Amino acid sequence: MAVAQLVESHPLDPLIRAGRMPHIWCPGCGIGIVMRCFATAILDSGIPQEKHVVVSGIGCTGRVAGYMELDSYHTTHGRALPFATGLKLAQPDLSVTVFSGDGDLVAIGGNHLIHAARRNIDLTVICVNNFNYGMTGGQAGPTTPFGSRATTAPYGNPELPFNLPFLLAASGAAFVSRWTSLHVRQVIRDIGLAFKKPGFAFVEVLSPCPVGYGKSNHLDEGLDEMNLYREHCVLYDETVPFDALGIDLSQNRPIYVGKIVDRDLPPFQPVRLESET
Amino acid sequence: MTRRTVLTGTHFMHGDHACAEGAIAAGCRFFGGYPITPSTEIAERLARRMPEVGGVFIQMEDELGSIASILGASAAGARAMTATSGPGLSLMLENFGLGVMMELPIVLVNIQRGSPSTGLPTLPGQADVMQAKWGSHGDYEIIAYAPSSPQEMFDLTVLAFNMADRYRVPVVLLADEVIGHMVERVVIPPAEAIEHWPRKKPDESPNGPLPIFRPDPEDLVPPLAHAGAGYRVHFSGLTHNEYGFPAMSPDTHHQLVSRLVEKIQRAGPDISRCESYGLDDAEIVVVAFGCTARSARQAVDLARREGIRAGLLRLISLWPFPDHLFSEGVGRAEAFVVAEMNLGQVRREVTRVVSQPVIGVHHAGGAMIQPAAILNAVQEVAHGGRAAR
Repeated sequence: MAVAQLVESHPLDPLIRAGRMPHIWCPGCGIGIVMRCFATAILDSGIPQEKHVVVSGIGCTGRVAGYMELDSYHTTHGRALPFATGLKLAQPDLSVTVFSGDGDLVAIGGNHLIHAARRNIDLTVICVNNFNYGMTGGQAGPTTPFGSRATTAPYGNPELPFNLPFLLAASGAAFVSRWTSLHVRQVIRDIGLAFKKPGFAFVEVLSPCPVGYGKSNHLDEGLDEMNLYREHCVLYDETVPFDALGIDLSQNRPIYVGKIVDRDLPPFQPVRLESET
Repeated sequence: MTRRTVLTGTHFMHGDHACAEGAIAAGCRFFGGYPITPSTEIAERLARRMPEVGGVFIQMEDELGSIASILGASAAGARAMTATSGPGLSLMLENFGLGVMMELPIVLVNIQRGSPSTGLPTLPGQADVMQAKWGSHGDYEIIAYAPSSPQEMFDLTVLAFNMADRYRVPVVLLADEVIGHMVERVVIPPAEAIEHWPRKKPDESPNGPLPIFRPDPEDLVPPLAHAGAGYRVHFSGLTHNEYGFPAMSPDTHHQLVSRLVEKIQRAGPDISRCESYGLDDAEIVVVAFGCTARSARQAVDLARREGIRAGLLRLISLWPFPDHLFSEGVGRAEAFVVAEMNLGQVRREVTRVVSQPVIGVHHAGGAMIQPAAILNAVQEVAHGGRAAR
């Protein structure tokens, strides 16, 4: 018979800034799950902790940088990717991860996102997509499904959202996958693959935001959205057209998850000539 | 083809190119930029030169990305630079503030053109003086130098990197189209004669969380730990405590912002640079900077020939504004004539500092202010015909 045992430490302790707890996230939020996946992937990566760097922008997900026991840079809204680009190119031996939200990476940072993917900068990007601006109280953003309610879309969102895997594939990313905060093992595995992938690797993780998005869209508890993921997630395969990767949480239609792009493209390298003196 | 890092020797060199060579000589090994007239030649020169010296050249998608990239490179330990003109600086000001708040050394070159907005892309301006100081939101202090020749495009770029590292602050090279596009003699010294002031590093070995933003009481500048050095540092644009972590208290905020301002203000005399020309007995002091200082110098010579005791105070540093220069060495001044290619930005600063009458010679930009215009103002003051404004 198994006996419960109280232990003094957790394997992830060295990776978390315990002194920064409690975190700012609401009950039912999925960001903490994704942060734990990131920490586990770092532990599994075989890359020394001091060689991992995390860069984030602004928003709830952007706060991850402050909670990880890594060299961490909490930059301005939307600019995490170009900051990380400079950091990585100046010290190519570092494993640099940009960990931020959909509003930060895709709206205000959208231009940087497509260009970093096009250049195939050797970065890992973890994009927590919770379909809204959570920190500022649930406004619509570029991933908010058509017709969903938000504080700035009180009559339903009149705009069509981005289909992120399609966008990233078209922009030139070397690696693109999508999971949800329900798929802990897969998220850990794909973050690990992203660390090792030479070039731009993008991991989208759908995540509940019950206080921001859920409350206005019949997903009152975090678990409601997790249940929705469980019921609607279907593993992507190459027969699925990119168009079908769009998401509408209110419709009874599949949410495709899985590894969507994994291709070998030359990562960005600064031009080098031999110097004589 | 020789691929030297420091092009020691005497050259007939373009101002923008001299700036690029100053950067390479100073050890800058990261340039992130976006093409914009009249600064593009800096990017073009560095696109050729960075690969020769093992540095990084990257053309970013916009100016927002350019400045973010050099901040990231600086955080990783590189001396990093971008170059732009007014419209680009407008876009960079967001992360200029981040550089101030994170105390990351960077050099930002602004080859000023006629402004506001798209203005006069190919013609000179000097109207971004206030923007460089006040353009990002909040209270802060930065450093700005205004070169008057291709030689100074080289020399002041080197100085800008050294000052950025010494004070952990963004430094602006506030040049103008005339100087950027001027071709003139540039003497590049031997590599060993080029000063390189290192960044202050933490004394403690990386072991547990350190108060990495605790300032040195001497100069209020904290040491800088780079990414990958093992310190597990946290940098944030949020108001932060001495450990770098967000601290949303009014006291912490006041303390932090006051220190960021004071570390530069206190160092004013160390930072400031000027050239005095005929000031010993000058009763009328012409104040000018950048390309306009070249006209002002001639105006002073012409006035002297007429027996007017005129002199030139050429401001090489514009920020922090060198108030102390107006209390030293200009003791006989009865009036100041400020000549600048804008509608009164430095004149208002001079008015704030001195008690004597201050007369402005202003033009919104597009062409050099002619020596005759400055001479006219000097003559009118000398003959008592022009009231101060």
